[in-house]
Amino acid sequence: MSGKEQILARIREALRNPAPIPGHHGDGRHTGDESEKGGHADHAAGCGEHASHASGGFSQWLPPVGSDLESQLELFAKNSADLRTEFHRLSDLTELPARLCELARESRWQRVATHGGKLTGPAASALGLPTLHTDGGYAVEELERCDVGITECEALVAQTGSVLITARSAGGRALSVLPPHHVVVATRAQMVPDLPAAYALLRRNYGTDFPSFMSFITGPSRTGDIERILVLGAHGPKRLTVFCG
Amino acid sequence: MKITLFIPCFVNTCFPKAGIGMVEVFERLGHTVDYREEIVCCGQPAFNSGYWDEARPVAARALKQLEDAEVVVSASGSCGAMLKVFYPQLFEGRPEESAARSLAARCFEFSDFLVNQLRVTDVGARFPAKVTFHDGCHGLRELGVKSQPRQLLEKVAGLELVEMKEAESCCGFGGTFAAKFPMISTAMGEVKCASAVETGADFIVSNDSSCLMQIQGLLDRQGRALRTLHLAEVLASR
Amino acid sequence: MSAPVKQFREDATRVAADEEHRRNISTALGKYYVARARQVGIYQNWQGARQAAAEIKWEAVNHLDRHLAEFAEKLEARGGKVHWANNSAEAREAILAICREKKARCIVKSKAMTGEEIHLNAALEKEGYEIAESDLGEYIVQLRREAPYHFVFPAMHLTRGEIKELFDREVGDVPSDTPEDLTMVARRVMRRKYCEADIGISGANFAIAETGMISITENEGNARLTTAIPRVHIAVMGIEKVLPRLEDLALFLPLLGTSGAGQALTGYNSMIGGPRQPGECDGPEEFHVVLIDNHRTRLLADPEQRDALHCIRCGACLNVCPIFKNIGGHSYGTTYQGPIGSVITPHLRGLQDWKHLSGASSLCGACTQICPVKIDIHHHLLHNRRNAAKQKPLWWEKLAFRISGALFQRPEFFAFLTRLGRLAQKLHPLVKGSVLDPARAWTNTRELPEIAPRSFNDYWREHQSKHQ
Repeated sequence: MSGKEQILARIREALRNPAPIPGHHGDGRHTGDESEKGGHADHAAGCGEHASHASGGFSQWLPPVGSDLESQLELFAKNSADLRTEFHRLSDLTELPARLCELARESRWQRVATHGGKLTGPAASALGLPTLHTDGGYAVEELERCDVGITECEALVAQTGSVLITARSAGGRALSVLPPHHVVVATRAQMVPDLPAAYALLRRNYGTDFPSFMSFITGPSRTGDIERILVLGAHGPKRLTVFCG
Repeated sequence: MKITLFIPCFVNTCFPKAGIGMVEVFERLGHTVDYREEIVCCGQPAFNSGYWDEARPVAARALKQLEDAEVVVSASGSCGAMLKVFYPQLFEGRPEESAARSLAARCFEFSDFLVNQLRVTDVGARFPAKVTFHDGCHGLRELGVKSQPRQLLEKVAGLELVEMKEAESCCGFGGTFAAKFPMISTAMGEVKCASAVETGADFIVSNDSSCLMQIQGLLDRQGRALRTLHLAEVLASR
Repeated sequence: MSAPVKQFREDATRVAADEEHRRNISTALGKYYVARARQVGIYQNWQGARQAAAEIKWEAVNHLDRHLAEFAEKLEARGGKVHWANNSAEAREAILAICREKKARCIVKSKAMTGEEIHLNAALEKEGYEIAESDLGEYIVQLRREAPYHFVFPAMHLTRGEIKELFDREVGDVPSDTPEDLTMVARRVMRRKYCEADIGISGANFAIAETGMISITENEGNARLTTAIPRVHIAVMGIEKVLPRLEDLALFLPLLGTSGAGQALTGYNSMIGGPRQPGECDGPEEFHVVLIDNHRTRLLADPEQRDALHCIRCGACLNVCPIFKNIGGHSYGTTYQGPIGSVITPHLRGLQDWKHLSGASSLCGACTQICPVKIDIHHHLLHNRRNAAKQKPLWWEKLAFRISGALFQRPEFFAFLTRLGRLAQKLHPLVKGSVLDPARAWTNTRELPEIAPRSFNDYWREHQSKHQ
C-alpha cells in the first residue's frame, strides 16, 4: 500500500465513530462570553442550516461595510491610514502619470519594474526611467536592483484595506514583493466591499482556471517579532502606495 | 422557596462563614434553607485528577441526597460547576445520567441564583469598604457568572467596588494542581495578588472559597493587610 | 520521573521564579490583548463567526479522506506533486529526496511548525544543505540554536539587547538595538538567500480541497519570497489543515488575523495552486506538497477530542493561558506549546510520557473561551487525565482517592477528621516548612487556612435546634 492508501485507510477507520458538532454540546451550559462585546447571540449561526456555506453568509459576522462606493472608498482610506498604506484617490486616471512622476522624484527611483498592463504600461513609460518588464520572464538580479514594482490588481477590498493580486494580473509573483516599494494602480470600479465579494470576483474572472498564485496584500510588509513592536519592511516592501482613479 | 445549600468540604471546615452568610441572606429574603450533612464532597478532586471511577461513588451519593431538592445553591463556583456541568459527563451512559441532568437543571451558583432566579439585587446589606472582585474561573467560564456578583455588590450600602486588571485571571488554585505544580500555582497567585493590591482595595471578594484560600494564603505569607471575603459574607453584613 | 517530566518541572520552576522574564512576556502580551479586543469589537458578531468556523472545520475534518483526496487530485491536475508521509521519517526522506535530485545547495525556508515537528532542519543540515530560516523570529532562534518560544511569535522572550548581542556575534554590521535596525539586518541577510536559493520550503495554514490550493498567512513577506523565486517549492503540512471550499477563507483569514495578532487581516494571505502555469512569467517550476500524518489519525480516531484537529494555529490560547505566561514556551519541551499543545502532544508523542502537560493546568478555561474555532481545549486536558489514569493509574493516587472516597461517604468520619485536623493544626508549626511537613507543597510559598473552631455542620445543628 502506498503512503496515500495507508493514510486514507487510517482516516476512514478513524472516522467510523461520529464526533459531535462543536458549540452544540452541553445542555444548560452557559457559553457565557460576557467579556466579548462585538455582537450578541451564541447560537446565531443557524443551528442545522449551513448558512455559512454561501459566502455571503459570512458577511453577517464580519466587520460591517457600507453598500455604496463612497463609503467603501472611505473605509478603504481609513484602513489604509491604520496600515500605513499610502492611499491616493485620483479624480480620474489621467492624473496618474503626473502623480507617479511626483512620487518617483520624491522617492528618488532610479530603476522601475512593471508589467504590460493597460494602466501600468503607459503610466510607467511616462516616467522615463530604466524599466524592467516582467512579462515573458526576467532575471531575478535585475528585479532585485529595481526600486519599485508597479502593478495593477484584481480588486481593492474595503473591509480590510487589502489589495487583491494574482500572478496573472500583477506581473507575476515577485514583482509586487521583491522591490522595496510596491505601487498599485486601480480603478474605482475595482473596489469590492469585503472578502466574500473578493472571492466571488475571482470566480467571475477565472472560473476554475485560477492563476497559480493569488494574494491579499494588507499594508506594507511588517513584523512584531522583536518585543512585539511594529517595524515596516521586514522582507517585503517597506512602502505600499495605492492609486485609485 | 426551599433552598438546599451545597457546602463544599473545605468551606465546611475552614470557611463556614461563607455558608453561614448564605443562610442569613436567604432567610432575610424570606426563604427556607435546607442542608444535608450527609453530603461531604462533590467528588471533584478525584475527577480532576482523572480518576473518574473513584469519583463516581462520591458523586452518586451527593446525587442521591439532592434528588428531592427543589433547588440547589452552591457556595463555590467550582463545586457548582461539578454538579451542574460535570456530573452529566461523569454519569454519561450510566443509570444515574438522568438524575444528573435533572440536578443540573436545578443547580445554581449563589449570585446567579439571587439575581436571575430570585430576581433580587438589593439584599439589604451594608459593608462600608473598598472592595475588588475576583472572578473564579469555574463560575466565570463554566457557569456564566460575571455581572451577577457586581450587580449585587453595587446595591450594598457604603461599598465601593474597584475592578482589578487581572480580575478574570486564574488565581492558580485549580484543586490538586496547587499541590502538584506548586511553583506554577504560586506564580499565578502572585500575579492575582499584585493586581488586587494595585487597586488599593481593603478586601478581595469572590464567589469561590477555594480561590480565596489560595489568595489569602499568599497574602498572609507576604504579610499584606488585604483580606479575602466570600460574597455571601459581604451580603450578610448589616 | 521520566525525562520529559523532569525537564518540564525544572524549566517551569526556573521560569516561574524569574520575575523579569515573566514581566517581559506580560508586557508583550499586553499589546496583543488591546489589539485583539479592539478588532473583535469591530465584528458584527464574533460569536457567530466562531460558531460558523467551528462547523466548517467539523465538516472538513469529519470528511477528511474525501477532502484530502480531492485536494491532491486538483493540485496534481495543475502539475503539483503530492507526497503522503505516514510519519516524520517518511516526510524528511521525501524532502531530502527532492533536494538530492535537484542537487540543491542553498535552501530558504519560511515558517512551518510541521517542519519543527519532524526536525527537518537538523536532517537537512546533517546532509550538508545550507538552510536559512527567513521569518525574523525563526531566524533569531535558529541563530541562538534554540526552539521557537511560541509558534506564532518565536522570539517573544528576547529583548532587543539580547538580539543585538546575538546579531553582533553571528552577523556583524549592526548599527543599533532598535527593532527597526535589527530587522533591517535580517532583511539584508535574507535578500541574498531568496535570490540564491535552489529550493524554498514553506508551511501552509490551510489546504483548499475544492481548488487544490494551499493558503499561507504571514506579515513579513518572507513566505511570498520563499515561494516566488526559488525554482522548487516544497510545502509541508499536517493532514488536518483542509478546508472544503475556497470561499471558506473569507471567514478563516480574518479569524486567523484577529486571533493571532489582533489584526483585521494578516499582511499577506497567499493562495498557491500549482507551479508556474503556462503564460505566467515567474514562479517555481516544481511545486511539492508533503502531507504529514505523524499520529494525527490517532487523534482523529478519538471522537471526543477530534475537534483538537480543527486548530488553525493562531496562538490565541497561548496568549491567554496563565500557565504559559508564567512558565514560558520553552518549558513545554515540545513543538506545540500552550493549551492546544498540552492537548495534542500526548496524542502525537505518547500519552504516558506527555500526560504531565495535560496535568499542569488549573483548567481555568480561558483557552476554550478565546479559541476562534471553539475547540473544547480545557475539557480535553481533563479527558487526557482520565485516559491516562485509566490506562496506567498511579497506584498510590488511585488508593488515596478510593480511601478518601470511602471516607467522604461517612459524615461521622469526616467530622472526626475535622476534629483531628484542629489538633494537627496546633502541632503543624513544629514541622512547617521542613521535610517532615506533609503540606510542604503548599506551605513552601503559602500560609495554610485555619480549620474553624466551629464548622458549618456545627453551626447548622445549632441553627436547626433554634428553629425547631
